[in-house]
Amino acid sequence: MNIFVLMKRTFDTEEKITINNGKINEEGAEFIINPYDEYAIEEAIQVRDKHGGEVTVVTVGSEEAEKELRTALAMGCDKAVLINIEDDVEEQDQYTTAKVLAEYLKDKNPDLILAGNVAIDGGSGQVGPRVAELLGIPYVTTITKLDIADGGKVTVVRDVEGDEEVIETSLPLLVTAQQGLNEPRYPSLPGIMKAKKKPLDELELDDLDLDEDDVEAKTKTIEVFLPPKREAGKILQGEIADQVKELVGLLRSEAKVV
Amino acid sequence: MARKVLTLAEVRDGSLRNVSFEAIAAAKTIAEGGEVVAALVGDQVQAHANELIFRGADRVVVVEHPNLKFYTSDGYSQALKAVIDKEQPEAIVFGHTALGKDLSPKLAVKLDAGLVSDVVAVEEVGGNIVFTRPIYSGKAFEKKIVTDGIMFVTVRPNNIASLERDESRSGSVESLAVEIKDLRAIVKEVVRKTAEGVDLTEAKVIVAGGRGVKSAEGFKPLQELAEVLGGAVGASRGACDAGYCDYSLQIGQTGKVVTPDLYIACGISGAIQHLAGMSNSKVIVAINKDPEANIFKVADYGIVGDLFEVVPLLTEEFKKLKVHS
Repeated sequence: MNIFVLMKRTFDTEEKITINNGKINEEGAEFIINPYDEYAIEEAIQVRDKHGGEVTVVTVGSEEAEKELRTALAMGCDKAVLINIEDDVEEQDQYTTAKVLAEYLKDKNPDLILAGNVAIDGGSGQVGPRVAELLGIPYVTTITKLDIADGGKVTVVRDVEGDEEVIETSLPLLVTAQQGLNEPRYPSLPGIMKAKKKPLDELELDDLDLDEDDVEAKTKTIEVFLPPKREAGKILQGEIADQVKELVGLLRSEAKVV
Repeated sequence: MARKVLTLAEVRDGSLRNVSFEAIAAAKTIAEGGEVVAALVGDQVQAHANELIFRGADRVVVVEHPNLKFYTSDGYSQALKAVIDKEQPEAIVFGHTALGKDLSPKLAVKLDAGLVSDVVAVEEVGGNIVFTRPIYSGKAFEKKIVTDGIMFVTVRPNNIASLERDESRSGSVESLAVEIKDLRAIVKEVVRKTAEGVDLTEAKVIVAGGRGVKSAEGFKPLQELAEVLGGAVGASRGACDAGYCDYSLQIGQTGKVVTPDLYIACGISGAIQHLAGMSNSKVIVAINKDPEANIFKVADYGIVGDLFEVVPLLTEEFKKLKVHS
Protein backbone atom coordinates (compact mmCIF):
# COMPACT_ATOMS: atom_id res chain seq x y z
CA MET A 1 0.00 0.00 0.00
CA ASN A 2 1.25 3.44 -0.92
CA ILE A 3 0.82 5.55 2.22
CA PHE A 4 1.54 9.24 2.76
CA VAL A 5 1.51 11.29 5.93
CA LEU A 6 1.14 15.08 5.84
CA MET A 7 3.16 16.45 8.72
CA LYS A 8 3.64 19.91 10.18
CA ARG A 9 6.43 21.14 12.37
CA THR A 10 4.82 23.28 15.04
CA PHE A 11 5.75 25.58 17.85
CA ASP A 12 5.18 23.74 21.12
CA THR A 13 2.26 25.76 22.41
CA GLU A 14 2.97 24.64 25.95
CA GLU A 15 5.78 27.21 25.71
CA LYS A 16 5.36 30.79 26.81
CA ILE A 17 4.28 32.96 23.91
CA THR A 18 5.65 36.45 23.31
CA ILE A 19 5.36 38.83 20.39
CA ASN A 20 8.25 40.54 18.69
CA ASN A 21 7.81 42.98 15.78
CA GLY A 22 4.22 41.92 15.30
CA LYS A 23 5.10 38.23 15.06
CA ILE A 24 5.15 35.34 17.47
CA ASN A 25 8.66 35.18 18.86
CA GLU A 26 10.19 31.88 17.82
CA GLU A 27 13.66 32.51 19.18
CA GLY A 28 14.78 29.66 21.38
CA ALA A 29 11.32 28.07 21.33
CA GLU A 30 10.84 24.34 21.26
CA PHE A 31 9.49 22.88 18.02
CA ILE A 32 7.74 19.55 17.76
CA ILE A 33 5.80 17.35 15.37
CA ASN A 34 2.23 18.62 15.56
CA PRO A 35 0.71 16.25 18.19
CA TYR A 36 -2.22 15.27 15.94
CA ASP A 37 0.24 14.43 13.15
CA GLU A 38 1.96 12.00 15.52
CA TYR A 39 -1.27 9.99 15.60
CA ALA A 40 -1.29 10.05 11.80
CA ILE A 41 2.31 8.82 11.63
CA GLU A 42 1.65 6.03 14.13
CA GLU A 43 -1.45 4.89 12.25
CA ALA A 44 0.40 4.93 8.93
CA ILE A 45 3.13 2.71 10.36
CA GLN A 46 0.56 0.29 11.79
CA VAL A 47 -1.32 0.08 8.49
CA ARG A 48 1.91 -0.59 6.61
CA ASP A 49 2.99 -3.28 9.08
CA LYS A 50 -0.35 -5.01 8.60
CA HIS A 51 -0.90 -4.59 4.87
CA GLY A 52 2.61 -4.03 3.53
CA GLY A 53 3.80 -1.10 1.45
CA GLU A 54 5.64 2.07 2.21
CA VAL A 55 5.09 5.21 4.29
CA THR A 56 6.30 8.57 3.01
CA VAL A 57 6.10 11.53 5.36
CA VAL A 58 5.76 14.90 3.62
CA THR A 59 6.00 18.42 4.95
CA VAL A 60 5.81 21.90 3.50
CA GLY A 61 8.12 24.26 5.29
CA SER A 62 11.67 25.36 5.78
CA GLU A 63 14.94 23.51 6.25
CA GLU A 64 14.40 23.39 9.99
CA ALA A 65 11.66 20.81 9.49
CA GLU A 66 14.34 18.24 8.70
CA LYS A 67 14.64 17.49 12.40
CA GLU A 68 10.95 16.57 12.71
CA LEU A 69 11.09 14.55 9.48
CA ARG A 70 14.02 12.56 10.91
CA THR A 71 11.95 11.92 14.03
CA ALA A 72 9.14 10.58 11.84
CA LEU A 73 11.65 8.33 10.05
CA ALA A 74 12.95 7.17 13.42
CA MET A 75 9.40 6.26 14.45
CA GLY A 76 9.24 4.01 11.40
CA CYS A 77 8.33 5.96 8.24
CA ASP A 78 10.29 4.78 5.19
CA LYS A 79 10.90 8.01 3.30
CA ALA A 80 10.65 11.71 3.93
CA VAL A 81 10.03 14.65 1.62
CA LEU A 82 10.60 18.28 2.50
CA ILE A 83 8.98 20.75 0.15
CA ASN A 84 10.89 23.90 0.91
CA ILE A 85 8.96 26.96 -0.22
CA GLU A 86 10.66 29.40 2.10
CA ASP A 87 12.59 31.25 -0.62
CA ASP A 88 9.76 31.29 -3.13
CA VAL A 89 6.66 32.18 -1.17
CA GLU A 90 6.26 35.29 0.94
CA GLU A 91 2.68 35.06 2.16
CA GLN A 92 1.46 31.55 2.82
CA ASP A 93 -1.91 30.30 3.97
CA GLN A 94 -3.76 26.97 3.91
CA TYR A 95 -4.64 27.53 0.26
CA THR A 96 -0.91 27.64 -0.48
CA THR A 97 0.05 24.60 1.59
CA ALA A 98 -2.76 22.42 0.24
CA LYS A 99 -1.99 23.33 -3.36
CA VAL A 100 1.69 22.50 -2.96
CA LEU A 101 0.93 19.17 -1.28
CA ALA A 102 -1.69 18.20 -3.86
CA GLU A 103 0.66 19.06 -6.70
CA TYR A 104 3.30 16.80 -5.17
CA LEU A 105 0.84 13.95 -4.54
CA LYS A 106 -1.11 14.01 -7.80
CA ASP A 107 1.15 11.61 -9.71
CA LYS A 108 2.14 9.46 -6.73
CA ASN A 109 -0.97 7.24 -6.76
CA PRO A 110 -1.54 7.31 -3.01
CA ASP A 111 -3.82 4.63 -1.55
CA LEU A 112 -4.05 6.26 1.84
CA ILE A 113 -3.13 9.75 3.04
CA LEU A 114 -3.13 10.58 6.75
CA ALA A 115 -2.87 13.95 8.46
CA GLY A 116 -3.59 15.47 11.84
CA ASN A 117 -7.07 16.95 12.12
CA VAL A 118 -5.68 20.31 13.15
CA ALA A 119 -2.31 21.91 13.85
CA ILE A 120 -1.98 23.36 17.32
CA ASP A 121 -0.29 26.55 16.12
CA GLY A 122 -2.44 27.86 13.25
CA GLY A 123 -5.48 25.83 14.29
CA SER A 124 -7.20 26.01 10.92
CA GLY A 125 -7.86 22.30 10.26
CA GLN A 126 -8.21 22.93 6.54
CA VAL A 127 -5.23 21.37 4.82
CA GLY A 128 -6.27 17.71 4.96
CA PRO A 129 -9.74 18.13 3.41
CA ARG A 130 -8.39 20.64 0.91
CA VAL A 131 -5.75 18.21 -0.33
CA ALA A 132 -8.31 15.40 -0.69
CA GLU A 133 -10.64 17.64 -2.68
CA LEU A 134 -7.82 18.84 -4.93
CA LEU A 135 -6.91 15.20 -5.59
CA GLY A 136 -10.55 14.24 -6.10
CA ILE A 137 -10.56 11.56 -3.41
CA PRO A 138 -12.93 11.13 -0.43
CA TYR A 139 -11.90 12.13 3.08
CA VAL A 140 -13.04 11.54 6.64
CA THR A 141 -11.92 13.91 9.39
CA THR A 142 -11.29 13.43 13.14
CA ILE A 143 -11.09 9.64 13.02
CA THR A 144 -10.54 7.49 16.10
CA LYS A 145 -10.45 4.09 14.38
CA LEU A 146 -9.37 2.86 10.96
CA ASP A 147 -9.98 -0.60 9.61
CA ILE A 148 -8.97 -1.59 6.10
CA ALA A 149 -10.29 -4.91 4.81
CA ASP A 150 -8.62 -6.86 2.02
CA GLY A 151 -10.22 -5.66 -1.16
CA GLY A 152 -10.09 -2.02 -0.17
CA LYS A 153 -13.28 -1.60 1.88
CA VAL A 154 -12.59 0.81 4.72
CA THR A 155 -14.49 1.23 7.97
CA VAL A 156 -13.75 4.38 9.93
CA VAL A 157 -14.98 5.59 13.28
CA ARG A 158 -15.21 9.35 13.41
CA ASP A 159 -15.47 11.60 16.46
CA VAL A 160 -18.30 14.08 16.00
CA GLU A 161 -18.21 16.42 18.97
CA GLY A 162 -18.10 13.49 21.34
CA ASP A 163 -20.45 11.17 19.49
CA GLU A 164 -19.19 8.47 17.14
CA GLU A 165 -20.07 7.88 13.53
CA VAL A 166 -19.26 4.58 11.88
CA ILE A 167 -18.46 5.29 8.25
CA GLU A 168 -17.96 2.99 5.31
CA THR A 169 -15.79 4.16 2.47
CA SER A 170 -13.04 2.94 0.18
CA LEU A 171 -9.48 3.57 -0.98
CA PRO A 172 -7.97 5.84 -2.12
CA LEU A 173 -8.82 7.91 0.93
CA LEU A 174 -7.57 10.75 3.09
CA VAL A 175 -8.22 10.70 6.83
CA THR A 176 -7.36 13.15 9.59
CA ALA A 177 -6.44 11.85 13.02
CA GLN A 178 -8.19 12.68 16.26
CA GLN A 179 -6.83 11.97 19.71
CA GLY A 180 -7.67 8.42 20.75
CA LEU A 181 -6.76 6.91 17.37
CA ASN A 182 -3.66 5.24 18.86
CA GLU A 183 -0.72 5.77 21.21
CA PRO A 184 2.14 7.19 19.16
CA ARG A 185 5.42 5.34 19.79
CA TYR A 186 8.65 7.00 20.82
CA PRO A 187 11.52 6.58 18.38
CA SER A 188 13.74 3.69 19.52
CA LEU A 189 17.51 3.96 19.53
CA PRO A 190 17.88 1.53 16.59
CA GLY A 191 15.10 3.51 14.90
CA ILE A 192 17.08 6.72 15.32
CA MET A 193 20.21 5.07 13.90
CA LYS A 194 18.28 3.70 10.91
CA ALA A 195 16.60 7.04 10.28
CA LYS A 196 19.93 8.64 9.48
CA LYS A 197 20.25 6.43 6.41
CA LYS A 198 16.68 6.69 5.18
CA PRO A 199 16.01 8.92 2.16
CA LEU A 200 15.02 12.52 2.81
CA ASP A 201 14.38 14.41 -0.41
CA GLU A 202 14.14 18.14 -0.65
CA LEU A 203 11.98 19.76 -3.33
CA GLU A 204 11.22 23.34 -4.26
CA LEU A 205 8.29 24.92 -6.10
CA ASP A 206 10.19 24.62 -9.39
CA ASP A 207 10.40 20.85 -9.02
CA LEU A 208 6.60 20.76 -8.88
CA ASP A 209 6.22 23.03 -11.91
CA LEU A 210 4.59 25.64 -9.74
CA ASP A 211 5.39 29.29 -9.46
CA GLU A 212 4.54 31.71 -6.71
CA ASP A 213 1.41 33.02 -8.42
CA ASP A 214 -0.12 29.52 -8.55
CA VAL A 215 -0.02 29.24 -4.79
CA GLU A 216 -0.58 32.84 -3.76
CA ALA A 217 -2.38 33.07 -0.43
CA LYS A 218 -6.04 34.11 -0.45
CA THR A 219 -5.96 35.52 3.06
CA LYS A 220 -3.58 37.73 4.97
CA THR A 221 -2.71 38.18 8.62
CA ILE A 222 -2.67 41.87 9.46
CA GLU A 223 -2.09 41.72 13.19
CA VAL A 224 -1.01 39.29 15.90
CA PHE A 225 -1.71 40.08 19.54
CA LEU A 226 -1.81 38.49 22.96
CA PRO A 227 -5.08 38.26 24.90
CA PRO A 228 -5.41 40.56 27.90
CA LYS A 229 -3.71 38.91 30.82
CA ARG A 230 -6.19 37.30 33.17
CA GLU A 231 -5.83 38.80 36.58
CA ALA A 232 -5.82 36.31 39.41
CA GLY A 233 -9.21 36.63 41.02
CA LYS A 234 -10.65 36.46 44.45
CA ILE A 235 -9.91 33.56 46.75
CA LEU A 236 -12.84 33.30 49.12
CA GLN A 237 -12.30 32.95 52.87
CA GLY A 238 -14.13 31.53 55.84
CA GLU A 239 -16.21 28.41 56.42
CA ILE A 240 -16.77 26.36 53.28
CA ALA A 241 -20.56 26.66 53.55
CA ASP A 242 -20.27 30.46 53.75
CA GLN A 243 -17.83 30.55 50.85
CA VAL A 244 -20.28 28.62 48.72
CA LYS A 245 -23.08 31.07 49.56
CA GLU A 246 -20.79 34.01 48.81
CA LEU A 247 -19.73 32.46 45.50
CA VAL A 248 -23.30 31.97 44.32
CA GLY A 249 -24.05 35.57 45.29
CA LEU A 250 -21.00 36.86 43.38
CA LEU A 251 -21.82 34.82 40.29
CA ARG A 252 -25.28 36.31 40.37
CA SER A 253 -24.73 39.94 41.22
CA GLU A 254 -21.12 40.69 40.25
CA ALA A 255 -20.33 38.32 37.36
CA LYS A 256 -23.98 38.03 36.29
CA VAL A 257 -23.55 34.61 34.72
CA VAL A 258 -26.28 32.69 36.53
CA MET B 1 -19.92 47.87 0.38
CA ALA B 2 -23.04 45.80 0.47
CA ARG B 3 -22.48 42.09 -0.04
CA LYS B 4 -24.73 39.10 -0.42
CA VAL B 5 -23.82 36.59 2.29
CA LEU B 6 -24.85 32.95 2.60
CA THR B 7 -24.90 31.04 5.88
CA LEU B 8 -25.36 27.33 6.44
CA ALA B 9 -27.88 26.49 9.16
CA GLU B 10 -27.30 23.32 11.13
CA VAL B 11 -29.94 21.11 12.70
CA ARG B 12 -28.91 18.79 15.51
CA ASP B 13 -31.26 16.56 17.49
CA GLY B 14 -34.24 18.11 15.80
CA SER B 15 -33.43 21.74 16.52
CA LEU B 16 -31.36 24.50 15.02
CA ARG B 17 -28.01 24.99 16.69
CA ASN B 18 -27.29 28.30 18.41
CA VAL B 19 -24.14 28.70 16.34
CA SER B 20 -26.35 28.95 13.26
CA PHE B 21 -27.94 32.09 14.72
CA GLU B 22 -24.48 33.42 15.57
CA ALA B 23 -23.44 32.75 11.97
CA ILE B 24 -26.38 34.86 10.78
CA ALA B 25 -25.23 37.70 13.06
CA ALA B 26 -21.68 37.42 11.65
CA ALA B 27 -23.13 37.35 8.13
CA LYS B 28 -25.02 40.61 8.84
CA THR B 29 -21.77 42.33 9.76
CA ILE B 30 -20.04 41.03 6.65
CA ALA B 31 -23.04 41.93 4.46
CA GLU B 32 -22.80 45.65 5.37
CA GLY B 33 -26.44 46.15 4.47
CA GLY B 34 -26.55 43.44 1.80
CA GLU B 35 -28.80 40.42 1.83
CA VAL B 36 -28.27 37.48 4.21
CA VAL B 37 -29.51 34.17 2.84
CA ALA B 38 -29.61 31.07 5.03
CA ALA B 39 -29.23 27.64 3.46
CA LEU B 40 -31.12 24.93 5.30
CA VAL B 41 -29.90 21.51 4.28
CA GLY B 42 -31.02 18.05 5.44
CA ASP B 43 -33.83 15.56 5.36
CA GLN B 44 -37.16 17.10 6.37
CA VAL B 45 -35.86 20.33 7.82
CA GLN B 46 -38.22 22.82 6.19
CA ALA B 47 -40.06 23.41 9.47
CA HIS B 48 -37.05 25.34 10.80
CA ALA B 49 -37.00 27.87 7.98
CA ASN B 50 -39.11 30.57 9.67
CA GLU B 51 -36.98 30.50 12.79
CA LEU B 52 -33.98 31.49 10.65
CA ILE B 53 -35.94 34.51 9.41
CA PHE B 54 -36.84 35.46 13.01
CA ARG B 55 -33.13 35.26 13.81
CA GLY B 56 -32.12 37.70 11.10
CA ALA B 57 -31.94 35.88 7.75
CA ASP B 58 -33.60 37.78 4.90
CA ARG B 59 -34.35 34.65 2.90
CA VAL B 60 -34.05 30.90 3.31
CA VAL B 61 -33.21 28.34 0.65
CA VAL B 62 -34.11 24.79 1.65
CA VAL B 63 -32.49 21.70 0.16
CA GLU B 64 -34.09 18.45 1.29
CA HIS B 65 -33.17 14.94 0.21
CA PRO B 66 -33.25 11.52 1.92
CA ASN B 67 -29.50 11.22 1.25
CA LEU B 68 -28.96 14.28 3.43
CA LYS B 69 -30.29 12.58 6.56
CA PHE B 70 -26.72 12.12 7.81
CA TYR B 71 -24.01 14.61 7.12
CA THR B 72 -21.47 13.53 4.51
CA SER B 73 -19.04 15.90 2.83
CA ASP B 74 -20.09 14.64 -0.61
CA GLY B 75 -23.83 14.99 0.00
CA TYR B 76 -23.74 18.34 1.76
CA SER B 77 -21.26 19.84 -0.68
CA GLN B 78 -23.54 18.92 -3.59
CA ALA B 79 -26.48 20.58 -1.84
CA LEU B 80 -24.61 23.73 -0.84
CA LYS B 81 -22.79 24.04 -4.14
CA ALA B 82 -26.18 24.16 -5.86
CA VAL B 83 -27.28 26.97 -3.51
CA ILE B 84 -24.02 28.85 -4.12
CA ASP B 85 -24.39 28.52 -7.90
CA LYS B 86 -27.91 29.89 -7.68
CA GLU B 87 -27.26 32.69 -5.21
CA GLN B 88 -23.71 33.73 -6.15
CA PRO B 89 -22.85 35.01 -2.66
CA GLU B 90 -19.71 37.02 -1.95
CA ALA B 91 -19.21 35.43 1.45
CA ILE B 92 -20.25 32.18 3.15
CA VAL B 93 -20.43 31.67 6.91
CA PHE B 94 -20.44 28.27 8.65
CA GLY B 95 -20.37 27.33 12.32
CA HIS B 96 -16.98 26.05 13.42
CA THR B 97 -18.58 22.72 14.29
CA ALA B 98 -17.71 19.16 13.29
CA LEU B 99 -19.85 19.73 10.19
CA GLY B 100 -18.58 23.22 9.35
CA LYS B 101 -14.94 22.25 9.84
CA ASP B 102 -15.36 19.21 7.60
CA LEU B 103 -17.38 20.83 4.84
CA SER B 104 -15.99 24.36 4.44
CA PRO B 105 -12.50 23.44 3.11
CA LYS B 106 -14.05 21.23 0.41
CA LEU B 107 -16.29 24.02 -0.87
CA ALA B 108 -13.46 26.55 -0.60
CA VAL B 109 -11.45 24.35 -2.98
CA LYS B 110 -14.40 24.03 -5.35
CA LEU B 111 -14.59 27.82 -5.51
CA ASP B 112 -10.81 28.33 -5.49
CA ALA B 113 -11.14 30.40 -2.34
CA GLY B 114 -9.41 31.04 0.95
CA LEU B 115 -11.02 30.19 4.27
CA VAL B 116 -10.71 31.90 7.63
CA SER B 117 -11.69 29.33 10.21
CA ASP B 118 -12.51 29.44 13.92
CA VAL B 119 -13.40 33.12 13.94
CA VAL B 120 -14.34 34.71 17.28
CA ALA B 121 -15.04 38.27 16.11
CA VAL B 122 -15.98 40.02 12.87
CA GLU B 123 -15.72 43.76 12.33
CA GLU B 124 -15.64 46.28 9.54
CA VAL B 125 -12.50 48.41 9.66
CA GLY B 126 -11.86 51.04 7.00
CA GLY B 127 -13.68 49.16 4.27
CA ASN B 128 -12.18 45.80 5.14
CA ILE B 129 -13.92 42.95 6.90
CA VAL B 130 -11.49 41.90 9.62
CA PHE B 131 -11.70 38.50 11.29
CA THR B 132 -10.17 37.72 14.68
CA ARG B 133 -9.22 34.14 15.45
CA PRO B 134 -7.23 32.37 18.15
CA ILE B 135 -3.87 30.83 17.30
CA TYR B 136 -1.32 28.87 19.33
CA SER B 137 -4.04 27.08 21.25
CA GLY B 138 -5.71 30.33 22.26
CA LYS B 139 -2.57 31.86 23.72
CA ALA B 140 -2.51 34.49 20.98
CA PHE B 141 -4.89 35.96 18.42
CA GLU B 142 -4.55 37.06 14.84
CA LYS B 143 -6.57 39.43 12.69
CA LYS B 144 -7.07 38.31 9.12
CA ILE B 145 -8.54 39.68 5.95
CA VAL B 146 -9.49 37.89 2.76
CA THR B 147 -7.41 39.24 -0.11
CA ASP B 148 -8.86 37.36 -3.06
CA GLY B 149 -12.08 35.57 -4.00
CA ILE B 150 -15.15 34.60 -1.98
CA MET B 151 -14.88 34.98 1.79
CA PHE B 152 -15.27 31.61 3.50
CA VAL B 153 -15.58 31.82 7.26
CA THR B 154 -16.32 29.45 10.13
CA VAL B 155 -17.36 31.04 13.45
CA ARG B 156 -16.57 29.51 16.81
CA PRO B 157 -19.70 28.77 18.89
CA ASN B 158 -20.48 31.05 21.85
CA ASN B 159 -18.40 34.03 20.72
CA ILE B 160 -20.47 36.18 18.38
CA ALA B 161 -23.73 37.39 19.88
CA SER B 162 -26.79 36.30 17.94
CA LEU B 163 -29.38 38.91 17.00
CA GLU B 164 -32.51 39.36 19.00
CA ARG B 165 -35.27 36.99 17.94
CA ASP B 166 -37.98 38.93 16.18
CA GLU B 167 -41.18 37.13 15.21
CA SER B 168 -42.42 40.09 13.23
CA ARG B 169 -39.72 39.59 10.62
CA SER B 170 -40.73 37.95 7.37
CA GLY B 171 -38.89 36.66 4.35
CA SER B 172 -39.28 34.20 1.55
CA VAL B 173 -38.60 30.49 1.97
CA GLU B 174 -37.91 28.61 -1.21
CA SER B 175 -37.03 25.02 -1.96
CA LEU B 176 -34.26 24.03 -4.29
CA ALA B 177 -34.35 20.55 -5.78
CA VAL B 178 -30.88 19.01 -5.93
CA GLU B 179 -30.01 15.45 -6.82
CA ILE B 180 -27.73 14.05 -4.13
CA LYS B 181 -25.84 11.05 -5.43
CA ASP B 182 -22.57 9.13 -5.61
CA LEU B 183 -21.73 9.41 -1.92
CA ARG B 184 -18.26 7.94 -1.46
CA ALA B 185 -18.53 7.67 2.31
CA ILE B 186 -21.69 6.36 3.98
CA VAL B 187 -22.65 6.82 7.62
CA LYS B 188 -23.60 3.35 8.85
CA GLU B 189 -24.28 4.12 12.45
CA VAL B 190 -24.24 6.99 14.93
CA VAL B 191 -23.25 6.06 18.47
CA ARG B 192 -24.44 8.59 21.04
CA LYS B 193 -21.86 9.06 23.75
CA THR B 194 -22.68 12.53 24.91
CA ALA B 195 -25.66 13.49 26.99
CA GLU B 196 -28.69 14.56 25.04
CA GLY B 197 -29.04 18.27 24.52
CA VAL B 198 -26.02 20.16 25.80
CA ASP B 199 -22.97 20.17 23.58
CA LEU B 200 -19.66 21.04 25.26
CA THR B 201 -18.61 23.64 22.70
CA GLU B 202 -21.97 25.40 22.86
CA ALA B 203 -22.65 25.04 26.58
CA LYS B 204 -23.11 28.28 28.54
CA VAL B 205 -21.96 26.56 31.71
CA ILE B 206 -19.32 23.85 32.02
CA VAL B 207 -18.44 21.92 35.16
CA ALA B 208 -15.09 20.21 34.60
CA GLY B 209 -13.24 17.63 36.65
CA GLY B 210 -9.56 16.77 36.90
CA ARG B 211 -7.46 14.18 38.64
CA GLY B 212 -8.89 15.41 41.93
CA VAL B 213 -12.19 13.74 41.01
CA LYS B 214 -10.39 10.45 41.71
CA SER B 215 -12.74 8.02 39.93
CA ALA B 216 -15.49 7.68 37.34
CA GLU B 217 -17.93 7.67 40.26
CA GLY B 218 -16.41 10.96 41.43
CA PHE B 219 -17.89 12.74 38.40
CA LYS B 220 -21.40 12.23 39.76
CA PRO B 221 -21.56 15.36 41.93
CA LEU B 222 -20.20 17.34 38.96
CA GLN B 223 -22.96 15.98 36.75
CA GLU B 224 -25.55 16.99 39.33
CA LEU B 225 -24.17 20.52 39.47
CA ALA B 226 -24.09 20.75 35.66
CA GLU B 227 -27.67 19.56 35.52
CA VAL B 228 -28.92 22.21 37.91
CA LEU B 229 -27.16 24.88 35.85
CA GLY B 230 -28.30 23.46 32.51
CA GLY B 231 -24.66 22.96 31.59
CA ALA B 232 -22.32 20.24 30.39
CA VAL B 233 -19.57 18.21 32.06
CA GLY B 234 -15.99 18.39 30.82
CA ALA B 235 -12.67 17.01 31.99
CA SER B 236 -8.94 17.63 31.99
CA ARG B 237 -6.52 15.39 30.18
CA GLY B 238 -5.40 14.01 33.53
CA ALA B 239 -8.90 12.75 34.31
CA CYS B 240 -9.23 11.20 30.84
CA ASP B 241 -5.79 9.57 30.97
CA ALA B 242 -6.65 8.11 34.37
CA GLY B 243 -9.73 6.54 32.80
CA TYR B 244 -12.26 8.47 34.90
CA CYS B 245 -14.11 9.60 31.80
CA ASP B 246 -14.22 9.42 28.04
CA TYR B 247 -11.77 11.42 25.89
CA SER B 248 -14.78 13.01 24.23
CA LEU B 249 -15.06 15.18 27.37
CA GLN B 250 -11.47 16.39 27.27
CA ILE B 251 -10.91 20.14 27.26
CA GLY B 252 -7.46 21.42 26.38
CA GLN B 253 -4.79 21.85 23.77
CA THR B 254 -5.63 18.35 22.62
CA GLY B 255 -9.37 18.01 23.07
CA LYS B 256 -12.03 20.66 22.90
CA VAL B 257 -11.64 24.41 23.12
CA VAL B 258 -14.53 25.98 25.00
CA THR B 259 -15.65 29.50 25.83
CA PRO B 260 -18.67 29.22 28.12
CA ASP B 261 -20.05 32.06 30.25
CA LEU B 262 -19.17 30.10 33.38
CA TYR B 263 -16.46 27.48 33.79
CA ILE B 264 -16.25 25.64 37.10
CA ALA B 265 -12.96 23.74 37.42
CA CYS B 266 -13.09 21.05 40.10
CA GLY B 267 -9.93 19.31 41.21
CA ILE B 268 -8.06 20.59 38.16
CA SER B 269 -4.49 21.75 38.74
CA GLY B 270 -4.43 24.02 35.69
CA ALA B 271 -1.70 22.59 33.48
CA ILE B 272 -0.98 24.66 30.38
CA GLN B 273 -2.44 21.83 28.31
CA HIS B 274 -5.78 22.39 30.03
CA LEU B 275 -5.68 26.20 30.17
CA ALA B 276 -5.29 26.26 26.39
CA GLY B 277 -8.80 24.86 26.11
CA MET B 278 -10.68 27.03 28.58
CA SER B 279 -8.81 30.20 29.55
CA ASN B 280 -11.00 32.35 27.30
CA SER B 281 -14.12 31.42 29.25
CA LYS B 282 -15.94 34.50 30.48
CA VAL B 283 -15.94 33.64 34.18
CA ILE B 284 -13.80 30.92 35.76
CA VAL B 285 -14.38 29.38 39.17
CA ALA B 286 -11.71 27.11 40.66
CA ILE B 287 -12.26 24.59 43.39
CA ASN B 288 -9.09 22.86 44.54
CA LYS B 289 -7.56 21.57 47.75
CA ASP B 290 -4.14 22.93 46.83
CA PRO B 291 -3.97 26.70 47.36
CA GLU B 292 -0.88 26.81 45.13
CA ALA B 293 -2.67 25.19 42.16
CA ASN B 294 -2.05 27.02 38.90
CA ILE B 295 -5.76 27.17 38.14
CA PHE B 296 -6.21 29.90 40.79
CA LYS B 297 -4.02 32.20 38.67
CA VAL B 298 -6.65 32.33 35.93
CA ALA B 299 -9.75 31.97 38.09
CA ASP B 300 -12.06 34.89 38.84
CA TYR B 301 -13.24 33.19 42.01
CA GLY B 302 -11.56 30.45 43.96
CA ILE B 303 -12.50 28.19 46.81
CA VAL B 304 -9.67 26.31 48.49
CA GLY B 305 -11.33 23.11 49.62
CA ASP B 306 -12.33 19.55 48.90
CA LEU B 307 -14.48 19.39 45.79
CA PHE B 308 -16.52 16.56 47.30
CA GLU B 309 -17.58 18.94 50.05
CA VAL B 310 -17.88 22.12 47.95
CA VAL B 311 -19.63 20.84 44.81
CA PRO B 312 -22.69 19.28 46.51
CA LEU B 313 -23.11 22.46 48.59
CA LEU B 314 -22.97 24.53 45.42
CA THR B 315 -25.59 22.31 43.81
CA GLU B 316 -27.87 22.81 46.83
CA GLU B 317 -27.34 26.56 46.77
CA PHE B 318 -28.18 26.80 43.05
CA LYS B 319 -31.23 24.61 43.58
CA LYS B 320 -32.50 27.06 46.20
CA LEU B 321 -31.87 29.93 43.79
CA LYS B 322 -33.94 28.15 41.14
CA VAL B 323 -36.85 27.65 43.52
CA HIS B 324 -36.79 31.33 44.50
CA SER B 325 -36.59 32.76 41.00
